[in-house]
Amino acid sequence: MSEYNFAYLDEQTKRMIRRAILKGLAVPGYQVPFASREMPMPYGWGTGGVQVSAATLTPDDTFKVIDQGADDTTNAVSIRKFFENTAGVETTEETEKASLIQTRHRIPEAKLREDQIIVYQVPIPEPLRFLEPRETETRKMHSLEEYGLMHVKLYEDISQHGAISTSYAYPVKVSGRYVMDPSPIPKFDNPKLEMDAIQLFGAGREQRIYAVPPHTKVVSLDFEDYPFEATKADHPCDLCGAEDSYLDEVITDDAGSRMFVCSDTDYCRCRREAGHTGRMTKDVAA
Amino acid sequence: MIELIGVNKSFTLHNQGSAVIPVMEGATLRVSPGECVALTGASGAGKSTLMRVIYGNYLAASGQVLVGGLDVAQAEPRQILALRRDTLGYVSQFLRVVPRVPTLEVVAEPLLAIGTEKQAALDRAAALLARLNIPERLWQLSPTTFSGGEQQRVNIARGFAHTYPAMLLDEPTASLDAQNRDIVLSLIERAKERGAAIVGIFHDVEARNRVCDREIDVSGFTPGKAA
Amino acid sequence: MTPLLQVKDIEKRYGTRIGCSGVSFDLYPGEVMGIVGESGSGKSTLLNCLAGHLEPDAGQVIFDTRADGPVDTVTMSEPERRMLGRTDWAFVHQHARDGLRMSVSAGGNIGERLMAVGDCHYGQIRDRAIDWLGRVEIDGSRVDDRPTAFSGGMQQRLQIARNLVTGPRLVFMDEPTGGLDVSVQARLLDLLRGLVREMGLSAIIVTHDLAVVRLLADRLMVMKDGYVVEAGLTDQVLDDPQHAYTQLLVSSVLQV
Repeated sequence: MSEYNFAYLDEQTKRMIRRAILKGLAVPGYQVPFASREMPMPYGWGTGGVQVSAATLTPDDTFKVIDQGADDTTNAVSIRKFFENTAGVETTEETEKASLIQTRHRIPEAKLREDQIIVYQVPIPEPLRFLEPRETETRKMHSLEEYGLMHVKLYEDISQHGAISTSYAYPVKVSGRYVMDPSPIPKFDNPKLEMDAIQLFGAGREQRIYAVPPHTKVVSLDFEDYPFEATKADHPCDLCGAEDSYLDEVITDDAGSRMFVCSDTDYCRCRREAGHTGRMTKDVAA
Repeated sequence: MIELIGVNKSFTLHNQGSAVIPVMEGATLRVSPGECVALTGASGAGKSTLMRVIYGNYLAASGQVLVGGLDVAQAEPRQILALRRDTLGYVSQFLRVVPRVPTLEVVAEPLLAIGTEKQAALDRAAALLARLNIPERLWQLSPTTFSGGEQQRVNIARGFAHTYPAMLLDEPTASLDAQNRDIVLSLIERAKERGAAIVGIFHDVEARNRVCDREIDVSGFTPGKAA
Repeated sequence: MTPLLQVKDIEKRYGTRIGCSGVSFDLYPGEVMGIVGESGSGKSTLLNCLAGHLEPDAGQVIFDTRADGPVDTVTMSEPERRMLGRTDWAFVHQHARDGLRMSVSAGGNIGERLMAVGDCHYGQIRDRAIDWLGRVEIDGSRVDDRPTAFSGGMQQRLQIARNLVTGPRLVFMDEPTGGLDVSVQARLLDLLRGLVREMGLSAIIVTHDLAVVRLLADRLMVMKDGYVVEAGLTDQVLDDPQHAYTQLLVSSVLQV
């Protein structure tokens, strides 16, 4: 423990990151540049989220990490271990008990509270990037609110697939001003972006931090005749029977058998402990 | 309607030792509404030059060129454009059009330019083309592929589509057969009846005698001879 | 009548070198003006200054805006100028790929300006895109194809549709027929002429092709070494050029 400063980063760096976070909260959806540090993990493994978490953690926090909704995947386990080692904070897999949640590609199913903070790992923070490669130009477009291009992308979706096929990282307009990439969460999670907790977004390689304060209006972009739809697989969970949760499809053998399970492992576990059953668990019971 | 007062014209050839070639001196003439004046003189005497000066195509060096009250020698481009659109028609010897545009639309264009409703303009164009014996099967083709006589008649149809109060005609009957020449001459007579002031070049003496009220020999404006 | 565009003493320098200098003219609604000159004569610099792509070192470019009447676009705020660029102004580039998004379908290319001014009804945007494809003589069935699948002439026509869909009043064109086959050029010229008349457009066309200006432009400006050496009616300047350079230019054209 004594080899590291609390939560790995030095205090000056944390102050710098906190300033960026505060600015981000003050200007919801605006991408604040920050001096991203080298972290002891490769880019793409959550270096942005880890730095935001490090600057936000206090010794009293209870920390939870999820990757695609699961607490037990490599990425989640590594980051949880990293902060156990460098900050010595308590960790948990229960959404309820966590005060700080770092996530990759999901928002937990359980409703988050005002005393919680959720930190998203972001690979590409610029929603306009796919159509406009010049950073100078995209910054100008944000500052002048020129967001027609965002609809061009959705237009292309409909013209090629008959519907808006963007299913993750679905662009949103925050507080009626900035268009924001909500990180690669499924669009199923988009309605949850209007929540009671503080949401922080960190992109390490791209050196950007942005934020959505609690109770902020977040609108998913769409067309009048092709309204936004939060979609999920049309199934209940095969383990807990939940019909309102986002599902992972799991191939179970070579014959094409498959099962659908909650991607949020904690949510699924809680439901099963409360006695809910699904198609597969019923079979076991019978 | 058309009045020239002491108009001089010269060309300065900057790239050939800045040679100054005077081509017209003291040109003066006056054409009233309903009058047709023929310009005469030997080839090279400056008939076409005079026409071009009136049309604003050549820039007069000095003097006044009044058409419908506007001094073409001094006017702004947009005033001349408006004059050409509304008041002053010009039938040149050559048809210059955008390739690919159907003949019917070429003829209707002057009417469309003054805001005539499209169908009315096309109807008028069709009537003129029929009158000038252009076979209907050619109307949807571009006139660029037509024979010389056909092009000339398309050009005339275009020139007479709008009822200009002033007109310039550069050899309107050249390369036409007797029947079509007769039709063109009656178009000119009709224009005179409605009060158009016309300046024309007619090499064809018979045609000249039929429609022209006066002749003006432009050799009188040739520099050096005038005095 | 108020001129649509009043240009006053525009000057642009690159260090000590003159891009263009002392250029003034008025452009009235419905007028098409050509700017000719050889490479390096400053005609493209001038066009870019007028269209707000370059900031002139001196002078005014006063545009008669719909809302506030004549306003100097050089000193207006950038958001206002960019808004003009998406609504009342249009810019047709020489190379279609500079003016199109090559990775976006034809419909998306045409629809972009509509979406940029707030249209968000997919069906209506698409209908207007198909309508405009028809107006520039591209089959409506190509609406979902990318410009990369189009010929050079079609790309250029698509670029024109993309620019004209919001009903601009002033179009800047930089060598619109450059790099196209002669037959394709003729078709494009015909199309442009028709659109200019139907929509009552004003246009400023930079080209080195005298045949193009003769067919499209009412007025002509001849530039040399950054200065306007002669201006006037197109046919008068071409048939009775007064300046030594214009005479050289006109006499240099090969007769077919």
